[in-house]
Amino acid sequence: MISETARRRFDALIGRYPEKRSALIPLLHEVQAEVGHLSPEAVDWVAGYLGLSPADVMSVASFYDMLSLEPTGKHLIYVCQNLTCTLLGAERLIRHLESRLGVRIGETTADGKITVKRMECLASCGTAPSIQVDGVYHHHVTPEKLDALLDALQRD
Amino acid sequence: MTFEKILTRYQEIPGYTGTIDEYAAHGGYRALAKALKQMSPAEVVEAVKRSGLRGRGGAGFPCGVKWGFIPKDSAKPKYLVVNGDESEPGTFKDRMLIEEEPHQILEGVILASYAIGCRRAFLYCRGEFVRGAAVLRQALDEAYARGYLGRNILGSGFDLDVVLHRGAGAYICGEETGLLESLEGKRGQPRPKPPFPAASGLYRCPTVVNNVETLSNIPHIVLRGPEWYATIGPAKSTGPRLFSVSGHVARPGNYELPMSVTLRQLIFEHAGGLPNGRRLKAVIPGGSSSPVLTEQHLDVTMDFDSLAAVGSMAGSGAVIVMDDTTCMVRVGEIVSRFYHHESCGQCTQCREGTAWLHKVLRRIEHGQGRKEDLDLLLDMCDNMKGKTICVLSDAAAMPIESYLKYFRDEFEQHIRERACPFARGMGD
Repeated sequence: MISETARRRFDALIGRYPEKRSALIPLLHEVQAEVGHLSPEAVDWVAGYLGLSPADVMSVASFYDMLSLEPTGKHLIYVCQNLTCTLLGAERLIRHLESRLGVRIGETTADGKITVKRMECLASCGTAPSIQVDGVYHHHVTPEKLDALLDALQRD
Repeated sequence: MTFEKILTRYQEIPGYTGTIDEYAAHGGYRALAKALKQMSPAEVVEAVKRSGLRGRGGAGFPCGVKWGFIPKDSAKPKYLVVNGDESEPGTFKDRMLIEEEPHQILEGVILASYAIGCRRAFLYCRGEFVRGAAVLRQALDEAYARGYLGRNILGSGFDLDVVLHRGAGAYICGEETGLLESLEGKRGQPRPKPPFPAASGLYRCPTVVNNVETLSNIPHIVLRGPEWYATIGPAKSTGPRLFSVSGHVARPGNYELPMSVTLRQLIFEHAGGLPNGRRLKAVIPGGSSSPVLTEQHLDVTMDFDSLAAVGSMAGSGAVIVMDDTTCMVRVGEIVSRFYHHESCGQCTQCREGTAWLHKVLRRIEHGQGRKEDLDLLLDMCDNMKGKTICVLSDAAAMPIESYLKYFRDEFEQHIRERACPFARGMGD
C-alpha cells in the first residue's frame, strides 16, 4: 500500500520532531494523498508505523475536516459556507453545484470525478464568495465561473 | 489620513515577490543582524515589552510580558510555536502575511527564538493554506541556504531549526493549547490552564505561542526601536494592525492602520462604504466571536480597550459589515452552526450549548420558533460562559446575546409571523 519512496519520506518526517507522535497529522495527510482516503487498512498501517493503536489513530483522523475516512472524488471542491461568503451568495453556489452535478453537497459524482463539500471560513472573505478546488482558491465566484471550472474538471 | 505602512510596506514595491534577496534588499534581516551583534536576549525581550505590542491573534495579551514568563533557569528545552492556524471567521490577514511576506514572519520567529532561548521552533500552518505552506517551505529553504537558520546563525553562535507543520482543518487548533495538542499528534482539545504554556507547553516544556501577525511586528520593533513603535496608535494599543474588512463594503480587503482609526473611517473611508446605496445595519468588529455593533457605535476607535468599553472586542481584527437586507436571525443561525461544528466536545456546556443554540436559532429562522425561545437562548448563553476549559463556548454565546440585545424585535417578528420576513436576501 505504501511505496518505499513514500516510506523514506515518512522516516524523514518523523525525524523533525522530538516525539514521533507529532508526525501523526502530517503523516495522515501524506498517506491520504498516497492512498486516496484513510481506509481502515491505511489507518492500521499508520498505527503500526508509529506504534499507536488503530483506535487512537482513528480518534485523531476523525477529528479533522481535511482528513477523510471515506473515498473522495478525483477532484475536491470546498465551498465556504461561513458568514461573509453567505452574505455574498455561497448558498446560490451550493444550489448550482448540486443541480449541475446531480449530487447533494457532501457527496461524490457517480463517475467518481468530483466531491463537493461545505467548509467553514477559508480565510478568503475579502474576495467572497470563495471556494477551493484541489487546494487552489477561486475568488468572487459566480455560477458562470463555477460552470467554467466544472467544465475543466469534467474534461479531465 | 496617511499612514506609513509597516507590515505591508513590501507590497507597495513594484514587482516585489517576497524572495529572500528582495526582502534583504529592502532592509530585511537587518533587525536580526542588529540583535545578534548588539543585543542580549533579555534586551530583545525588554524592547518588545517597551514597544507595548499586544498579541494580534485575538486576546491582545502583551507580547513581551508573555515572553518574560519563560523561566530562565529551566533545564528543559524552550519552544516557540507560531500560530498560523488563522480560522476566526472574517479574518484573512495572516494568510496574506504568510503568502506575501514569509521572510518577515521568519525574521520575527528567529528574533523571538533568540529572545526566549528556543533552539527548535514550530510553524503551525493551517491545513487549508496549501499555497501558504509551499511559500513558507520555500522561504525556510532560502533562509537555511543563507545562514539565517541552522547552526551558528550569522556567526553569532546561536542555533535555530524551524519545523513547518501543517494542520488538518479544525478551528479549535487556533486556541493555543488546542494547537499544542494538535502539534503533539492528538485531537485539538484545549488543556486546562494553569499550567500555562510558558510553564508547561509543548512536550511539557516552557513554550511561547505567538500569532503570525504579532511576530511580523518584531523585526520592525528591533530595528527602529520600541520608542518609535510606541508612538503609533493609542498608548495602550500600539503599533499597526491589519484589519480584514469584508461583507457589504465596496472595497473589501486587508487595511493596515493604527488602532486609533474609527470604525466609521475603516468602513466608509478605507473600505469605500456600503455599495448599492444600502444602509449599514450591523457590524462585527473583531471576528465572528465578537459581539455585534450598530450605527450608534461607528465612532469607536478600533483599539483593544475602546472596543471592550462598548461591549465588544478587538479579537482578530476582522470587520464584517452587514447592510439592511441582512437577516440577523439567519446570521445567528450561520454563526451558531459554525461553533457547533467546531466545538471539540470535551466540555458539556459547549458541546450541548452550541448544538442547542444552533437548533433553536434554526427553528426560529425557519418559522418554527416558540415565544419562549428567546429567553431560552439567553438562558443557554448564560450557562455557556465562563464555565469551560477554553473560551470557544463564550465565543459562541456572546455574539448571539448581542444579536438579541440589538435586534430582539426581528427575532420576535420571525416567531410571530412564523416565517423569515427577509426575502432570502442574503446574496441568494
